[in-house]
Order: sequence, then C-alpha cells, then structure tokens
Amino acid sequence: MTDPKYPRSEVNSEKCKGCGLCIAACPMHVLVESPKLNSKGYHFAEYVGKGCVGCGNCFYNCPEPDAILVYLKNYDPEKEV
Amino acid sequence: MKKTMLQKPKGFIDEYKHKAGAEKDRTHYCPGCGHGILHKLIAEALEDFGLVDETILISPVGCSVFAYYYFDTGNFQAAHGRAPAVATAASRANPDKIVISYQGDGDLAAIGGNNILQAANRGENIVVFFINNAIYGMTGGQMAPTTLEGQVTTTTPYGRNTDTDGFPIKMSEVLSQLTAPTYIERVSLHDAPHIRKTRNAVRKAIKNAKERKGFQFVEVLSTCPSGWKMDPVKSMKWVKEKMLPLYPLGVYRDLGDDAKITTRPVPVMDPVAVWEKLGISAEADVDFPRGDVAEEYRKLSIRVAGFGGQGIMVTGQALASVALEYGYNVSWLPSYGPEMRGGTANCSVNIQDGQIGAAEAVKPSMLLAMNRPSLEKFEEAVEPGGTLIYNSTLIDIEPTRADIKVFAIPITGIADELGNTRVQSMVNIGAYAAITDMFRVEDVIALLPKLFKGKKQAILDLNAKAVKAGFAYVKDNFK
Ligand SMILES: Cc1ncc(C[n+]2csc(CCOP(=O)(O)OP(=O)(O)O)c2C)c(N)n1
Ligand code: SF4
Ligand code: SF4
Repeated sequence: MTDPKYPRSEVNSEKCKGCGLCIAACPMHVLVESPKLNSKGYHFAEYVGKGCVGCGNCFYNCPEPDAILVYLKNYDPEKEV
Repeated sequence: MKKTMLQKPKGFIDEYKHKAGAEKDRTHYCPGCGHGILHKLIAEALEDFGLVDETILISPVGCSVFAYYYFDTGNFQAAHGRAPAVATAASRANPDKIVISYQGDGDLAAIGGNNILQAANRGENIVVFFINNAIYGMTGGQMAPTTLEGQVTTTTPYGRNTDTDGFPIKMSEVLSQLTAPTYIERVSLHDAPHIRKTRNAVRKAIKNAKERKGFQFVEVLSTCPSGWKMDPVKSMKWVKEKMLPLYPLGVYRDLGDDAKITTRPVPVMDPVAVWEKLGISAEADVDFPRGDVAEEYRKLSIRVAGFGGQGIMVTGQALASVALEYGYNVSWLPSYGPEMRGGTANCSVNIQDGQIGAAEAVKPSMLLAMNRPSLEKFEEAVEPGGTLIYNSTLIDIEPTRADIKVFAIPITGIADELGNTRVQSMVNIGAYAAITDMFRVEDVIALLPKLFKGKKQAILDLNAKAVKAGFAYVKDNFK
C-alpha cells in the first residue's frame, strides 16, 4: 500500500472561483462547496479529507491553472524536488 | 515520465506579470469559463512535449485576447479575426516553430470568416484552437454565427430567427470541404470524459504540428456562463443537451501519415535588396546640415488641405521628403475624398526628432489651407499657438482664430505669374522654408531632381523658381 495520504486533491481557497465544476466532476463526491467565503467572495471548493481516487477529473475540469492540484497515487514526497 | 502530481502546467507563466491589476496569480476569466479548461490542456501538452519555447501563440480579440498573459510562449495579439493571417506570417518566417492560432467563434466565424478559410485552404502549418461557445463573450453576449436557432442573446432577444439571422455555421464541416487541411476534429468540454477526448485532440494537433503536417483545426464546444446567464455546472449540461445535437463531435478529417509536408520558401527581410530594387541607396542620402529652427517648428504636425489637383499630396510628400534629408523623422498620410477628380483632398505630415505616434494630424500645429472649404473645416482644429498658412488668391474670407500665427499668401497667384498653376506645391515649400527656417532654398532646389524624377530640366527650373518665389514672398511681406 502506498501512503494513504495519497491520492489527494488540494484546493487553493484564494485562487478558486467557486464555479463548482470540480465538485460536479468528482466521481467520489469528495469535493464540496465550502460554507466559507474567500476574500473575493466565492464559496471555494474543499476536499473532504478522504476518498480521493486520483482520477484527476477535478484538475482537468477546473478552468483555473492553479486553483486545484492532485497528488496521484504514486506521489512520494521524498522523491519530489 | 509518469506524472505523480497534477498541477499548474509549465506552459503557463509562473506569475502573470503582463496582466494588469494586482491579481497576478489567477486568470481574468469568469468562474467556470471553458477558455480556462482549454488553456490548461494546451499548456500541459506544450510542457509534456517540451515545446513551450518552440511555440508562438497568436491570441485573438475576444475574452482570450489576454492569452498572452498566461502562456509562456512567444506571443502575438492579432486584430479581430486576423489571427490566422498573423499565424501564417509567424509560421512562414519560423518554419521550425509550432504556431497556434487561438480563436473564439465571433473572431473566427464572423469577422474573421474569410481569414480562416484562406489559411485552411493554403494548408498553413498552424494549429487552430477554436472555442465555440455560441456567443460573443467579451462584448456582453451578442449573437455569434454559431448561436443556436432560438437562442436568446442580447442581439436576439426573441431568440435567433433563422429567417432573419441565418443558420448556425458549422465551421468544422465547412473547413472539411477544403482539400488542404490535415486534421479537423470537433470535441467538447462538457464533462470529464469529453475533456479527456479534447486533451487527446489538443495533443494530436500539436504533435502533427511538430511534424510539420500542415493545417490542424480543433473545434472545442465550450461554455460562456456569463454570456449565457447560467451557472457553470448548468452551462455544461446545456452544451450536452443543446449544442451536441447541432454540432456532432468527431473527426472530420485525418490524413494521418498521408499528410503532405510542405516546405515553403522562408521570407527574408532584406531592406538593402528592397532599396536597390527601388533605386534607392543609403549613400545617396544628401543629409543636409540643419539651420537654426525655432523651438515651435521642431515638432510639427501639419495638415495640408484643398481641392484635388492643387498639389496637396505633392506638397505633403515634398515636406516629408525634404525634412528627411535634414535627418528628421517624418510621416505622410494621404486622405482622399470619394471623388476621383476635383474632390477634396488633404494629407497629414509629421516632422520631428522623436518617435512619431499617430500619423494623422488631428490637432495640427500647422495648417496649410489651399481653398476656402479647407480653411473652414480645419481652422478650429489648429493647436493654440500654431501656424496657419492660407491661399489668399482663392480664399476670400478672414481666418477667425486670434491665438495662432497667420500667413496669407497668394499661392495660386504666385504660381500663375510663373506661368503654370501646377507649381503651387513648390511655392508652398518655399513659403514653408521661409516661415520655419527648416529648409534652405538651395537645398530644396538641389533635391528637385529627386522629388520630380524623370522630369525635364525646364520643369525642374520652373519648380526652382516657384520655391524661390514662395520664399521671397514670405521674406518680403512678413517678419
Ligand atoms: C474590429 C473590431 N470589431 C469589433 C470589436 C469588438 N469585439 C470585441 S470582442 C468581440 C467578440 C468576440 O467574441 P468571440 O470571438 O466569440 O470570443 P469570446 O469573447 O466569446 O471568447 C467583438 C465583436 C473589436 N474589438 N474589433
Ligand atoms: S473547478 Fe477550480 S475554480 Fe471551480 S470550484 Fe473547483 S477548484 Fe474552484
Ligand atoms: S464572458 Fe464568457 S467567454 Fe468571456 S471569460 Fe466570461 S464566461 Fe468566458
């Protein structure tokens, strides 16, 4: 088993525009709209903390270059530069 | 190498330093806009193929006008609809580069309709990414050629009516009627599986471009949540339910390995060869030393105006040509009336040391009015403190401005006395020389053979007399 911390999705709450596309695209329903607002007034998306299968749907559905990222199953923090 | 992480692709600039405003870490696109999704796929492909530095991206007019904020490639921003022409030039001049024309449907299918058709028909070595979002996004949601029948937009408030507005244009189908294109596919961004197919199409087109396989066209059905007045998730459903039936997805052309690889001559920029063809050589420049020119005449924006046939254009060209020999930067911009003969004519001339911005003398610092309508039309526009020279032979009214210097000169009369009305333009040059001290009479006369190439000596002599007469009139009557 790889580190259960991965795969995992991570939203940058400030860069997220709250469009909801990642939430709609997630087959595991592990992304949700936050009740909180970011400084631009958007209800940003949030990863619930478990259940991500690393499909990458959220990353490719998100129109913002840098609002969401996905650590894939084979991600190994030791090997990353 | 297998990815271990999905993150902002390196095809994007780290910090969007060209972007206006404080938010240099996010795009200007509306929440949920399909442009961003396609941008990401392109940026990722360029990174994965190691082509970021090998790519020139042409951004259009439309919401993606600012694509150059984001892509770490070479960039041009083209006039509305002209991205394929600019891409053609970029690709012809840089045949080893990947050239991408990124366009919306208003840009590509409306104002640029013919532009894309011709580039496709030439089989240019370019990749066109075509965002079809069925509307003009940037300008606030007007009908595009791709707008669906019945679709409400700000310019089709009762829905697009095909009787008055025509039918949606299916660009992939239209272009697939041409012989030259290599690859044409229509894809969609409406859900994750289709975004993956779009990703494949993007990568295929870019790979083809790397192999110089000619014209690649990827039409991407996309969303404009703002223009459609719909939330982003519903917008995706709308693409699926409304756009897909009209715009069938799939490959419309794929020549694969049969694609012709065309090598075209690379245009060379060789100004010296052009000069030689035109019979101009750098050494032939006379380069006169400058006289003492008063401050007010060192940065001139001149309007010369009158009837066609009064030597208006010749006057303007001569002013610019002579000033050039003194080392000034010059511009000459003609403006003709609609009539072929006898209509109004005017031109703008700029003479100065610095860089010339607008060529048109909207607020001239000098007006040379050869007839009454020109005086009436342009007098108001002259800059306070500017100069007015007017042809008192033909103009029987007094100028009204008190805040400008005025020189009433019987230009037509002086020319007539010399026996030929047509030398009016050289009377003008002589008068200008006397007023501004910018030109010496003997310098102008020395230049006449160049200004009137191929003219007989007698004509040159007559024009020389005209220069002297214009000069003398000012010296005798003013100052
Ligand atoms: C010559 C010219 N005509 C008109 C305009 C106004 N204009 C700006 S964007 C635009 C439409 C763009 O629509 P589209 O290509 O669909 O792009 P989108 O904004 O939807 O991405 C128009 C007509 C312009 N900038 N230049
Ligand atoms: S798709 Fe991107 S911008 Fe939209 S809610 Fe998800 S993270 Fe935010
Ligand atoms: S107006 Fe439409 S096309 Fe333009 S950024 Fe917004 S959603 Fe995208």
